[in-house]
Amino acid sequence: MIAFNKYYNHFNLLSSILIVVSLLLLIFKGLNFGIDFKGGTLIELRASDSKINVSSLRDRFNQMDLGDVSVKKFGNDTDFLVKFENKDNKNNIIEEIKTNLDKSFGNNYDFRRVENVGPKVSAELLKSGVIAISLSLALMLIYIWIRFEWQFSLGAILALFHDVIVTLGVFSLFSLEINLSIIAAVLTIVGYSMNDTVVIFDRVRENLRKYSDIKIFELTNISINETLSRTIITSATTLLALLAIYFFGGEILKGFSLAMILGVVFGTYSSIYIANTVLVRLRVSQKTVLREDDQK
Amino acid sequence: MLYFSKFRILFITLFSVLFILIASSNLFKFDDNFFDKKINLGLDLQGGSYLLLEIDNEPVIEQKLQNLTTTIRNYFKEKNIKINNIKIDNQNIFFNVIDNDKQSVLDVFQDENSDLNPYYPRFKSHQLEIEDTGLNLKVNFSRQGLIKLKTSSQDQAIEIVRRRVDEVGTNEPNILKRGNNRILVELPGLDDPMRVKSLLGKTANLTFRFVTNDQGDRFGVEKLKFENDLEEAMVSKRIIISGENLLDAQPKMDTQTNQTIVSFTLDRVGAKRFGKATSTGIGKQLAIVLDGKIISAPVVRDTIASGSGQISGGFTFQTATDLALLLRSGALPAPLEIIEERTVGPDLGQDSINAGMIALAIGFMLVIIFMFVKYKIFGLITNVTLIVNLFILLGVLTLFEATLTLPGIAGIILTVGMAVDANVLIFERIKEELKDETNNILAFDGGYTKSRTAILDANITTLLAAIILFFMGSGPVKGFAVTLGVGIFTTLFSVYFIARLFTSIYVSRNKDKEKLI
Repeated sequence: MIAFNKYYNHFNLLSSILIVVSLLLLIFKGLNFGIDFKGGTLIELRASDSKINVSSLRDRFNQMDLGDVSVKKFGNDTDFLVKFENKDNKNNIIEEIKTNLDKSFGNNYDFRRVENVGPKVSAELLKSGVIAISLSLALMLIYIWIRFEWQFSLGAILALFHDVIVTLGVFSLFSLEINLSIIAAVLTIVGYSMNDTVVIFDRVRENLRKYSDIKIFELTNISINETLSRTIITSATTLLALLAIYFFGGEILKGFSLAMILGVVFGTYSSIYIANTVLVRLRVSQKTVLREDDQK
Repeated sequence: MLYFSKFRILFITLFSVLFILIASSNLFKFDDNFFDKKINLGLDLQGGSYLLLEIDNEPVIEQKLQNLTTTIRNYFKEKNIKINNIKIDNQNIFFNVIDNDKQSVLDVFQDENSDLNPYYPRFKSHQLEIEDTGLNLKVNFSRQGLIKLKTSSQDQAIEIVRRRVDEVGTNEPNILKRGNNRILVELPGLDDPMRVKSLLGKTANLTFRFVTNDQGDRFGVEKLKFENDLEEAMVSKRIIISGENLLDAQPKMDTQTNQTIVSFTLDRVGAKRFGKATSTGIGKQLAIVLDGKIISAPVVRDTIASGSGQISGGFTFQTATDLALLLRSGALPAPLEIIEERTVGPDLGQDSINAGMIALAIGFMLVIIFMFVKYKIFGLITNVTLIVNLFILLGVLTLFEATLTLPGIAGIILTVGMAVDANVLIFERIKEELKDETNNILAFDGGYTKSRTAILDANITTLLAAIILFFMGSGPVKGFAVTLGVGIFTTLFSVYFIARLFTSIYVSRNKDKEKLI
């Protein structure tokens, strides 16, 4: 049996630091919102001429008076991602750009993807993203509150917040782009983290009923160990699937799968080191579950 | 938990085979019409354009109020009430009447049977609201009136959008209403939406007016540019007919001159006015003005009293088609703005499909190998279940003709990774049971029973997340929610029916074997 409980305090400290750092990052550095949430235009461009590279593209685009332009390589050496604000939300901007690029590069490039999100739409998308995440957290809270005692709910929700905040913190730290698919990833993380926590909690509660003489500190450790192989196997298979998406699923899914990978890692960690320590700190005992049983 | 009746085994087999067949209909073409369902590919996979249009209703409101001032003046004139100082300001109509008439004017507006101000009994509201400001009377659209106006302008706009999109000739466009002032346009397979966009972006406010050099024209004149921005002409402000009088316009081939022409038909009022105007204006140029630009200025050759005429002059079939289309759309004064556009080229879509499939295959292989190494014979059972699960998932998506997107493929891969969870929970529980239980059957039974709550909890939490995503997400993300959500149900089915069936067969054959798992 692994003595997970020996490190409860250490990891609680670590998590607190992670959360504080993430929050500071989110407040002061902020998130790198993509055009979905900030508005603007995105062009994925494939070149068939080695003359076309990041710097020549940047030169061209900067001459077009499009505001803040960012040009990046996208996967291959021949693929580029161009983003700009498109403040006036001009509809025919793409045509203008094409005419302009034709002059310097001829026909040796191709727009593979064009996305243009107006300011009104991006504001709405951001709002519905925030609502979706809040709603999912609220629903999880309600569900866990119905299923378990309040101490358990608190533990699970703290673990959830931890996962969401730290994942977003990593995105802020590395300035990774937040777009619609990241919201989907965060919601899935919420589901996964909850899933992981609930499996361990289920065992904790079962053991609480079974043993009256084991303290919660020891009991959580027993429960974590009993469910450990399941925790490892499920995270392993999920991570295998996610790694396959990350490495082979193409550039578009990279951010999404990275967020999910982070979420699964944090989710597994938090189920053990946050959710359970809350139970320990709240001195949950056999009485806690039996009282609830009586009420039912 | 391990007992299966013959009937149940038959049901499970039939159910699985049915869905595998349905899923494989995506790969093979069945000849009969009985089953021709297929999973739809999202725009991000098949390539195409997604456009969200917003209708700007301001000009419509402005125009309606303009018309209303005339109506109000004429209406009360018949009742011998004189309307003074009528003006429009900030979407309100203001006017004065003498104090003695005030009450009867208010009564007309507030009467439920008013023929000036329609009453909507369902909403208990008039179209217009009237208020006595003390200084004058203020009339504006009520909340319900505005909603009615917006819905009807959306109805009109969607018709025009549909026509314009059809005109460009894309296959299977999807045109839907969003809210009461937006229109969603999905154009599969359209690589370059430039032409659609320029057509959609056009505000169709159409008037027919004479070109004149007479500065003393009593309606006033204005200098307008032609569509090409080069030529100009002086055009009278007198409107002969406007877009709403136009019933139809079509490009045609004139058999006599072998020229492409645009022929048009007018409504009764339009025909009368047009007949009168053309009879006095033979030889004059008639400007067709769209959004302050002259799109065509044909010379009147003859009196057109029948209500149908034709425009000729150097059209290619394409330009004639576009002009006819613009004329037809002329009844729509509300401009459309493209507020969101997402276009994916077909080759990128194909690349995404390939990448998604490779990721799916690799993810699937990795999970299968992992499970086999970890659980041997039970890993094999899990793997068979996993494959059947994948087919059932695809079968369900096919049955509902769901739209598969790139994140949707990611959802399938993720389902594969997470689907083993339930089996793992069961197997691990069985292992624990076997520590104190020597009877294999009892241990397996216990494993299934005792792991049930955890499995249920685990899947409900993921399902909750998927449901929220489905309702809040848009486009590709919705596809993810669908596969994730459907995946949960197919996983539970395959774990509790298929995997359990195999397990029960294996266990009952080896019930005396030690270290079964």
